[in-house]
Amino acid sequence: MTDHSASSFTLSAQHLSRAYSGTFAVHDVTLQLKQGEVLGLLGPNSAGKSTTMHMLTGNLAPNSGKIEICGIDLLDNPESAKAHLGYLPEIPPLYMDMTVDEFLVFVAQLHRIDKKIIVQAVERCKKKCGLTERGNQLIGTLSKGLQQRVGIAQAVIHEPDVIILDEPTVGLDPNQIREMRQLIRTLGLSSSIILSTHILSEVESLCDRVLIMNKGHIVFDQTLAQLQKKGTNLETVFTELTQI
Amino acid sequence: MIRVIVGKELRALFVSPLAWFLLALMQVALTWVFLGRLDAYLHVQPQLQQIANPPGFTEIIVTPVFAMAALILLMIVPLLTMRLLAEERKNRTLILLMSAPISISEIVIGKFLSHMLFIAGVIIFIVILSTTLSMGGTLDSGLLISNVSGLFLVTCCFVALGLYISSLTTQPAIAALGTLGILLCFWVLDMLESDQGSWIHYFSLLKHFKQFNSGLLDSFSIAYLVLFTLFFIVLTIRHLDGDRLHR
Repeated sequence: MTDHSASSFTLSAQHLSRAYSGTFAVHDVTLQLKQGEVLGLLGPNSAGKSTTMHMLTGNLAPNSGKIEICGIDLLDNPESAKAHLGYLPEIPPLYMDMTVDEFLVFVAQLHRIDKKIIVQAVERCKKKCGLTERGNQLIGTLSKGLQQRVGIAQAVIHEPDVIILDEPTVGLDPNQIREMRQLIRTLGLSSSIILSTHILSEVESLCDRVLIMNKGHIVFDQTLAQLQKKGTNLETVFTELTQI
Repeated sequence: MIRVIVGKELRALFVSPLAWFLLALMQVALTWVFLGRLDAYLHVQPQLQQIANPPGFTEIIVTPVFAMAALILLMIVPLLTMRLLAEERKNRTLILLMSAPISISEIVIGKFLSHMLFIAGVIIFIVILSTTLSMGGTLDSGLLISNVSGLFLVTCCFVALGLYISSLTTQPAIAALGTLGILLCFWVLDMLESDQGSWIHYFSLLKHFKQFNSGLLDSFSIAYLVLFTLFFIVLTIRHLDGDRLHR
């Protein structure tokens, strides 16, 4: 996989390593994301998923390795690389004392969206995420599910090529989970997505390819089609690889 | 991009009652001092006229108001700057700024400027207060300018230090207390040494502010206050950047 030229991928990370006080949290991770691909990132807690995502979004510098987003090196040229990136962390980064509109306008400005089209961009984004009637509400007064949607809206307002979602369905009720999955599916039509989750069925219903991490290494990397062809299911593979 | 951060921070300041309350408190306290000095001046005015080279009313009324303003700002600025970065960290919103296409320097400078704009507003109020005196005489504009620039530069130091302390912790209250403690130390540093020529005197913020307060635009004091500010801004940027590198 590493032989491909980087330009055909929206995101390409080569040999990433990151150590915390001497022990490796992530060791020699290489992952690539094709245009329009939805990649499921699985792994037990403390497998290095969040560290990997932090590195891919420029919140953490790798000890070694290289990250390119749409062909732009994230470490050499962070500002232009991050423009192609949308990120929803595990805890959505929201200012509770702002209204939904104020917050989205602020994020749009942060992402250098042209002043003239900011209002349109905010409206389009609210429509996409089902927030049309919530514009004037304070984020702090919204329910958990709606806050999660504002979190997603924040990540997609600038229509990035790569969207990284860290456990977007945690804490939602079954209806909200279904809506959230529907939303992710729609987003997957126009962008590449990395989706970190603990729910195996979510990966099966949403993702094109699955990546399993354990103890800082990638232990499994296959498309779901390949997996189906073999006739094995994800749960057996997951238990086998991570329960040592 | 700095403008976006400035706008966001100013908005955050003015939606909270804290900023309004502090502004009102400051205005009341300073007007109180101002009127008190005005009263005192009117009492001694007949005697002053008998002196050969009497001090003007700017010196007697305006100078103490600025000295008081510096002291009040020393206590208020930590309360304003405490949330700048500590709260972003606590609410996990710093990650939003860090993942956006904006550099750490822009974030830090934007936050610094937003508070300096707020304080510039406070200083403008004091200037307006002082210019009401020109109804009864001529204001010593040189002394006023020196006081304004002194107060502005010294509050730059307060904000820069507050910003740095705020970047060190996730608890706004600790940031406020830490900033206040360190500022007080810097303020009265010259008390440590009675010898006027001692090197310790060069580090005291009060000592430098006194120069401006008495109408002296000393290039050494200007340089010290500017360097102090820059030092802590750079330290904040380095600290946030370091978070990314070795956490």
